[in-house]
Amino acid sequence: MEALYLLIPLSLILVAYAVWIFFGAADSGQFEDLDGPALRILNDDD
Amino acid sequence: MNAMTELAACYHCGEPAVEGPRWQANVAGQMRTMCCPGCAAAAQAIADAGLADYYDTRSGFATPATESDTPALQLYDELGLDGGAVFTVEGLRCAACVWLIERRVAALPGVQSAVLNVATERLHLRWEPAVCRPSIVIAALRGIGYTAYPYDATRHGAQLERARKALLRRLFVAGLAMMQVMMYAVPVYLATDGTMDADMTALMGWASFLLTLPAVSYCAWPFLRGAWLDLRRGLPGMDVPVALGILAAFIGSAVSLVQGQGQVYFDSITMFVFLLLGSRWLELDARRKAARALEGLQDAAPATALRLPGWPASREPETIAADRLRPGDVILVPPGQTVAADGVILEGRTEADLALLTGESRTRAVGPGEQLPGGAVNVVQAVTLRVESCAADSTLAMLVRLSERAGQDKPKLAQWADRVGAWFVLVLLLLTAAVFAFWHAVDQARAWPAAVAVLVVSCPCALSLATPTALAAALERLLRHGVLAVKPHVLETLERATHVVFDKTGTLTRGRPLLRDTVALGVLDEIECLRIAAALEAGSAHPLALALREAVDACGAGTLVAQDVDTVVGQGMEGEVAGRRYRLGSAAFVAELTGVGAPLGAAPGTSAVWLGSGERWLARFDLVDALRPEAPALVQELQARGKTVLLLSGDDDDAVRAVAAELGIRDARGRRLPQDKLDAVRALQSQGAVVAMVGDGINDAAVLSGADVSFAMGQGAQLAQLHADCVLLDAGDAGLAPLGEAVRTASACVRVIRQNLGWAMLYNLVAIPAAASGLLNPWLSGLGMAGSSALVVLNALRLRGDR
Repeated sequence: MEALYLLIPLSLILVAYAVWIFFGAADSGQFEDLDGPALRILNDDD
Repeated sequence: MNAMTELAACYHCGEPAVEGPRWQANVAGQMRTMCCPGCAAAAQAIADAGLADYYDTRSGFATPATESDTPALQLYDELGLDGGAVFTVEGLRCAACVWLIERRVAALPGVQSAVLNVATERLHLRWEPAVCRPSIVIAALRGIGYTAYPYDATRHGAQLERARKALLRRLFVAGLAMMQVMMYAVPVYLATDGTMDADMTALMGWASFLLTLPAVSYCAWPFLRGAWLDLRRGLPGMDVPVALGILAAFIGSAVSLVQGQGQVYFDSITMFVFLLLGSRWLELDARRKAARALEGLQDAAPATALRLPGWPASREPETIAADRLRPGDVILVPPGQTVAADGVILEGRTEADLALLTGESRTRAVGPGEQLPGGAVNVVQAVTLRVESCAADSTLAMLVRLSERAGQDKPKLAQWADRVGAWFVLVLLLLTAAVFAFWHAVDQARAWPAAVAVLVVSCPCALSLATPTALAAALERLLRHGVLAVKPHVLETLERATHVVFDKTGTLTRGRPLLRDTVALGVLDEIECLRIAAALEAGSAHPLALALREAVDACGAGTLVAQDVDTVVGQGMEGEVAGRRYRLGSAAFVAELTGVGAPLGAAPGTSAVWLGSGERWLARFDLVDALRPEAPALVQELQARGKTVLLLSGDDDDAVRAVAAELGIRDARGRRLPQDKLDAVRALQSQGAVVAMVGDGINDAAVLSGADVSFAMGQGAQLAQLHADCVLLDAGDAGLAPLGEAVRTASACVRVIRQNLGWAMLYNLVAIPAAASGLLNPWLSGLGMAGSSALVVLNALRLRGDR
């Protein structure tokens, strides 16, 4: 049980890290077009 | 592929190629059948650009390529876009479209990059200004069958985009907080007494607190702020109970945490915030889609004006972009069009509609010497105007105003929810105070927890969550079926509507005549008469002339050439075909040439056009305005739903009666002027009827704004669309069919909202007494609240229907 004293603070840091990554992704425009990449992958520029 | 050619479907768009192999295109070495010259040209352009792979990889047919009359494309070059711009592209169907568009545009000389955003249907382009121009890009896209126009961010929803970005972040943070807090909460709930020591519980509590803090202070900020503004205005709306619940639960939980005893509700708070934001997200999404549809409706061609550079000596108009007008220019404003800039009338009397500028619903008569502001709509006849100020903004301002109207006014249902919200707060506060007072007298230690529990479980979810979600889901479904609701009250009013009033021409009918019958009266057979008539009408833009020419095209007869054609306004045409003189037009006009009266009368309910030569009558052409094919089913459905269907038309009584009989409409009135129509609707309203009006023309504008809820046809006059609450977009040739869907959606939406309110009432009746009596565990209240919220949201989402 004592492990939780380490794991719970760790999980908080993980959440903060996830938020940081998400904000970065949002800033770089990754959520601007959620449909396009799925379609584009089908057509290779041969 | 074989099956397709056997069915003779168009290779490009999949519509049946009714005329067989008349139009063809050579795609990858094979001749393919096309339905129309537009599709043939598009397919040929695609094949010629070396992009025929498109046809092998696509998963759906293309939109039919209409052979559009290219409006002055060079106007787009005058917009001041150099080097980069965003274009809106219409007609995206599948993955292959994305590939096709990007490849085609990237192949243009001077284009540096072309990236298509599929979600927003926008093409982001960069180009070399010296080599490439916007008009070249637009022409290339038109060539392969897509409509495109420059997207002006300041004009359309830039603010909506910003709101979307901010909301996305809040939603993400709330979601993450919700999941993580739940992780901490579950062990505490599951632990049986004594298996979890106090230190561990406190640790979980503090971790939850740390995660709930951003959820309340950042994610729930819009609600807290809204509630604060409401309170300052003294008008508590729906945000107030929401903020009250969140703050009470948060502060109550924080106090318990510090004291080390009592209940914490962090899981309920984060869940509630997440669901609220999710509902807001759906709402915003629906508004964004509506704004985009509206943008497509305005086709975003730059506002243009007809300038008369040689006035008064010459009256040859030239089309220029409205923002290039300078004071002193003389412009021509045709009826039905918006005045491009503020000016003074030089010639002509007309009536102007200033509704969008002043809110005045009646038109104003104006004549020479009088001011006409930009943005006014000319209603009656053409006038010439001297531009006073180069207020290009005036037209632009009008478009902005129109697009802002979409989703702006709060629907009555939401207003009602706001009012109920105010009462809800009051009752809740009184109840909480009563509970607190009661426990304070009985058992002081339980007073605070019980009061907080009441505030937490009394969830205004059906009002704050479900009603906006239901409305957003229903509006989105409408849009998918081709109904653009400009004002959001449409759904509830349509459901309540007792009478549906239709206009005839252009609404129940197609609004353009078709040749129904040709009656040969003399020596020539029907086809021959038709060819002569079409030859005489070759240069005319009159709708009857178009119908005759179409009929000749359809029967595949070759064309003749007429010489010496004279047009007599309001009477007909006279001309020479193969050395003989013919007259085509009204019976009286043709009789002057033949010297004898017409041998028979006109058929009832039709417009008759006569053909005669020398001293002989040759033919009578019966032209009718054909009913839309979907009209009978729609009228039946409306009647089956207990709505009375009426027909009010400006057309003559015979034609109106014929249409009404065909559709089974009992109450049909012809020869109605716009004012009569409005009076009729007002009379119905004064008897307590709720009137829905469907119309298309300039003359319907007044009655459209007078009705309780109104629909304008997408192909109809812009003036009508400005006054309507709803526009039936014309996807393909849907015509009236979306209206039936609107009626069904409206009734489904109202039903779902009622169910949700009923559920919420039941829930609160059970939960609040339970919380007040102190019987409710935190996990039970959290479960109840989350379950109830999720239930109403899921119920509302059913409205989105099958995709």
